[in-house]
Amino acid sequence: MEDIKKRIKNIKLWNGIFSIVSLLSTFVGLVLLFALMTDLFMDGAPRISYKFFTSFPSRFPEEAGILSAWVGTLLLILVTAFAAIPLGVAAGIYLEEYAGKNWFTDIIEINIANLAGVPSIIYGLLALGIFVYFFKFGESVLTGGLALALLILPMVIMATREAIRAVPNSIREASYAVGATKWQTVKWHIIPYSTGGILTGIIIGLSRAIGETAPIITVGALTFIAFLPASPVSTEFPFISFKWLLDPFTVMPIQIFNWVSRPQQGFHVNAAAAGIVLLVMTLFMNAAAIYIRYRFRKKIKW
Amino acid sequence: MTRSAIELKAEAKNLNFYYGPVHALKNINMPIERRKVTALIGPSGCGKTTFLRCFNRMHDLYPHNRYEGEIILYPDKINIISPEIDPIEIRMQISMVFQKPNPFPKSIYENVAYGLRVRGISRKGILDEAVEKSLRGAALWEEVKGRLNSLAVDLSGGQQQRLCIARALATGPRILLFDEPTSALDPTATSKIEELIIELKNEVTIIIVTHNMQQAARVSDYTAFMYLGEIIEFDKTDKIFTAPSNRLTEEYITGRFG
Ligand SMILES: Nc1ncnc2c1ncn2[C@@H]1O[C@H](COP(=O)(O)OP(=O)(O)OP(=O)(O)O)[C@@H](O)[C@H]1O
Ligand SMILES: [Mg+2]
Repeated sequence: MEDIKKRIKNIKLWNGIFSIVSLLSTFVGLVLLFALMTDLFMDGAPRISYKFFTSFPSRFPEEAGILSAWVGTLLLILVTAFAAIPLGVAAGIYLEEYAGKNWFTDIIEINIANLAGVPSIIYGLLALGIFVYFFKFGESVLTGGLALALLILPMVIMATREAIRAVPNSIREASYAVGATKWQTVKWHIIPYSTGGILTGIIIGLSRAIGETAPIITVGALTFIAFLPASPVSTEFPFISFKWLLDPFTVMPIQIFNWVSRPQQGFHVNAAAAGIVLLVMTLFMNAAAIYIRYRFRKKIKW
Repeated sequence: MTRSAIELKAEAKNLNFYYGPVHALKNINMPIERRKVTALIGPSGCGKTTFLRCFNRMHDLYPHNRYEGEIILYPDKINIISPEIDPIEIRMQISMVFQKPNPFPKSIYENVAYGLRVRGISRKGILDEAVEKSLRGAALWEEVKGRLNSLAVDLSGGQQQRLCIARALATGPRILLFDEPTSALDPTATSKIEELIIELKNEVTIIIVTHNMQQAARVSDYTAFMYLGEIIEFDKTDKIFTAPSNRLTEEYITGRFG
């Protein structure tokens, strides 16, 4: 009896120590993050204005803006999304619901898991080889978007698979038991019930892509762009144009990088301001991911 | 037991089943009479579920499963487990209700209409009619008629299981399979389902797996006692429960083992 009491006391002691250590670690992380953000806001916030968003970069810090950078980021993410979402979701569905369990799918599985951990610059080199040199897409929005698509493809695939795996098997059996085909089961159950998880994964992947710099530099994004890519809509037939896909571009992280590497203090302020904008963009996307997850969780109960 | 008088709905002939290397069903021979309830009883792990799931080819959903022998479906005389027969064709005629209620996270209406949607039926009039008929058939209509569009998962466990029965009934199956349909339910919900099963056999042939001896005695016309993948004894339920001819059967139903 005494023995048990002693043991429980011991366990409780460790419990207490561990919770204190965890709390401290969390606290350190939070404080650091807060300090970083405050610093960024103090530096950059005064520079943010309407004009900052609508001006091209310039030799004079006060006149420089992020127009080409945010438009470039937006277009790039558009290309990335269009390439990575259908491919990644389809691959995830295939691997979970269609592919058998054999050595071949095992190899695919291991590879995808490993791809998610490959340094992003490797994807840049890959894209440089394939899209720039082989397909001759040039150092364009298309190339950059596809490079980022490659980068987040494993994330999208894994998020899709995880979301699909969360659908209980009893639901699949219920569907098959009344005579549904595989496609009917996928279309009416698997996809709708995993949409929340899939969307969350996609958004987190895209928000990671927004901040990537290395692969974009590798495929040759420019650091100074004082024009916009061609407009995707025009007044003449056929009204939409894809010429912008092959135009050169820059993106937010590159613009920031460019500004901080200048000696003048004014450009550093610009960099901080652009950093705030980039941060808000990613925070916004993460918030969207959390909201979507919450909505779908609420809607789907088993 | 005289075999000539009964009208067969299905018959297992030399049925063997393997989960990869596991030989789960051994040489099963057993008739299923039309519009009667046949109960499968036996200790845990004896193969009841495995046998039941052969009837609608559920085993085809997983790799490395193998059937041998025949389950003949009458009157067409097709072999249910033949590789040439599409399992979907079988499942269209032989529905299943599972141990744990497993409604889709959709509305009550959509749950019941699902089997028809799968068959490409989307005319509202037809669906409405089938939904009402099936829910009435599953003794659930009165309780849910006012809220067909609310979520099925908000129903009680017993209601969910009756909803699953309605879902299985909607497509007019010829055989209905039940795998311990009341094991997750309280006594009131259980007796409702039992009444329902007795009611349903006027229209459809039923095979039910149960752990509950009283339940088997109450609802079934025939009972098969299984042990270690074999049918030890199969007979009229009265006979099994009053004068079993096998010692194992007797020990099991009197609760001395299992
Ligand atoms: N997927 C599987 N792979 C391998 N063996 C299995 C598999 N499913 C069941 N078995 C084995 O087959 C035998 C029969 O299992 P089954 O589930 O049919 O038993 P049961 O009679 O339904 O038992 P219970 O009353 O516990 O539900 C058991 O020995 C079990 O271990
Ligand atoms: Mg079982």
